[in-house]
Amino acid sequence: MSNTARERIFAKLRPAVAAGQFDIPSPELPPRPEWTPSEKVQKLKTLMEAVRSEVHVVKADAWTDALKALARQRGFKTLLHGPGTQVGDAVKQAWSEGSGGLPALRTYEGAIENYKDTLFHDTDVGITSTLGGIAESGALILWPDAEEPRLMSLIPPIHIAVLDADKIYATFSEAMERMSWSEKMPTNALLISGPSKTADIEMTLAFGVHGPKELIVFILEP
Amino acid sequence: MGDQTFSFEKNVETALGDTQLRANFEYAMSTLYQKRKAVFADEAETERLREVGNAVRQRALSKLPELLEKLEKKCIENGIQVHWAETTDEANRIILKIMDDHRATRMVKGKSMVSEEMHLNKFLEEHGKEVMETDLGEYIIQLAGETPSHIIVPAVHKNKDQIAKLFHEKIPGAPYTEKVEELNALARKTLREKFQHADIGLSGVNMAVAETGTLCLVENEGNGRMCTTVPPVHVAVMGLEKVVEKLSDVPPVLRLLTGSATGQIITTYFNMITTPRKPGEKDGPEEVHLVILDNGRSAILKDPELRQTLQCIRCGTCLNHCPVYTRIGGHAYGFVYPGPIGKILTPQMEGLEKTGGIISASSLCNACEEVCPVKIPIPELIRRLRNESYDSKGSVPGHGYKWNLPEVLVWKAWALVNRYPRLNELAMKVGGLFGDRFPKIGPLKQWTRVRTTPRLARHSLHELVKTEGVDHE
Ligand code: SF4
Repeated sequence: MSNTARERIFAKLRPAVAAGQFDIPSPELPPRPEWTPSEKVQKLKTLMEAVRSEVHVVKADAWTDALKALARQRGFKTLLHGPGTQVGDAVKQAWSEGSGGLPALRTYEGAIENYKDTLFHDTDVGITSTLGGIAESGALILWPDAEEPRLMSLIPPIHIAVLDADKIYATFSEAMERMSWSEKMPTNALLISGPSKTADIEMTLAFGVHGPKELIVFILEP
Repeated sequence: MGDQTFSFEKNVETALGDTQLRANFEYAMSTLYQKRKAVFADEAETERLREVGNAVRQRALSKLPELLEKLEKKCIENGIQVHWAETTDEANRIILKIMDDHRATRMVKGKSMVSEEMHLNKFLEEHGKEVMETDLGEYIIQLAGETPSHIIVPAVHKNKDQIAKLFHEKIPGAPYTEKVEELNALARKTLREKFQHADIGLSGVNMAVAETGTLCLVENEGNGRMCTTVPPVHVAVMGLEKVVEKLSDVPPVLRLLTGSATGQIITTYFNMITTPRKPGEKDGPEEVHLVILDNGRSAILKDPELRQTLQCIRCGTCLNHCPVYTRIGGHAYGFVYPGPIGKILTPQMEGLEKTGGIISASSLCNACEEVCPVKIPIPELIRRLRNESYDSKGSVPGHGYKWNLPEVLVWKAWALVNRYPRLNELAMKVGGLFGDRFPKIGPLKQWTRVRTTPRLARHSLHELVKTEGVDHE
């Protein structure tokens, strides 16, 4: 049935387009802003904080200390991380150097089908790396993979994301171009700008409706 | 919805009489209006962006068959299964078959206007499936057994008290609360349970990229990501006009969409899906299906003027800026797409004769055209469709349904009177003398029901000038 539907649809579309009379302008995109690295950090931070993300700018060699301090202070119980990634390995290393008062480390065990219960009901925090950031939009770029699966940044009530300051692009277009996205789109690419939210009840903003209630970002500066 | 008893005029009367409804809409619409204004504060830049949005959408439509073929090819290469549906009924059956093939009984759904167009929930429920709306607004109206009144904020017609009552009555064990945070928490708890156990997830598509075969989804809540990641099967439904040519077309359209829809620079999530779960990956659906629906769109494409309707990216901002929509709300329109976009889209899909007065319900104030992110000349298309209603040689389904002799004669007479000065003078005299005594029947009765009848001057301006001369230049 769907094959013939396809033929019928194209039989209508082809003459409709062939009839032409399209008048397509080719305007230029608005110019790309030229920001210095520190301006990009500032811009991203300001925009993300405006949508209630928590942003910490820290020295690259001290970020796990900052993470540990935060984890102790907030009393996190479990932390899902992805060994095999730079971020995951750094967390593991830091925890091995002393984990008093710190959340228990978890890894994503096997496929989701067998891991759902733990992930949905017994995981406080998920920590992931990011591919970069977009200053103009105030968003993080994530390409989840086998080490850091898609749901790590969605199911736990708190998502912590780690971003290298030198991977902040001015615009989404620039990020796509510089990394040649069109040649290698991953299974899933994500932009994330803040914690999950809704304004569906009387336009009143509320956070954490389905996804994380908190988004904490560590921006690592050299 | 759209049944024989649909009377736009009646719906308008009821809506205007409902003060609670009007207050709910007024508040929400002015909020959205202000938020949009704030993100598009730089007028020159916004105008430039709109030019780009318009060009991206026009270019896509001009190559639609080619781009759809490319999208299909890319999707198949990427492992996504593609289905074509000419009618909503075909689309419904395709989805039912996918469910049956997997013995799936529980569906979680992200927000999709195309699925509303298909009346998918009703169809699947009639076939014994459980369908759960998961966007908070959609969830609210599903509990209430209603339809969306806005394409972006579907439950905007309801206030907190109404939702509090609804949750208390319909969610087992839910305490009565009017706190928005607590209401959200109730929904979160109920729906997380559903995400965890669903057999299949359904989503719409905001844009599909032909170049890479990527499906793009825009959202704030995270329910869209849930529906497209947790269940083992994901079905995406899209209208066939939703394709864009290149990945580089995505950023400007995304910016326009989120800015226009909710006044956000970007939404919380932008979700780009290109393949099902690959070997070694731990989550994401094993199977992804894309259902591409026509339902009258290909017919709209052939008219060089009306095809601009298909540029629409469903941002909903024309609703928020429409003086008619903001007073009567979405339900009065009687069909899935309300407001200005509904006025031009619905008659072309359903037929002019079935959609009755909705294209008359416009003051042609141009607000919609001024804000439309892809620059659809909505008022011009409304005028065109009004003419089609009277034109027995038109091309839109139901064209000429309003054609009637008396009206044609009246306009002919009007044209005649205005062509010959003598006739005009005579008509003015008659009008001046007897105009106030014309019987108030037909359209005149309607017009004067809530307005004072204007008093016609005894002497026309023409006469006054002749007798009294002109004082100033
Ligand atoms: S017609 Fe324009 S303003 Fe209205 S929903 Fe479509 S894109 Fe938005």
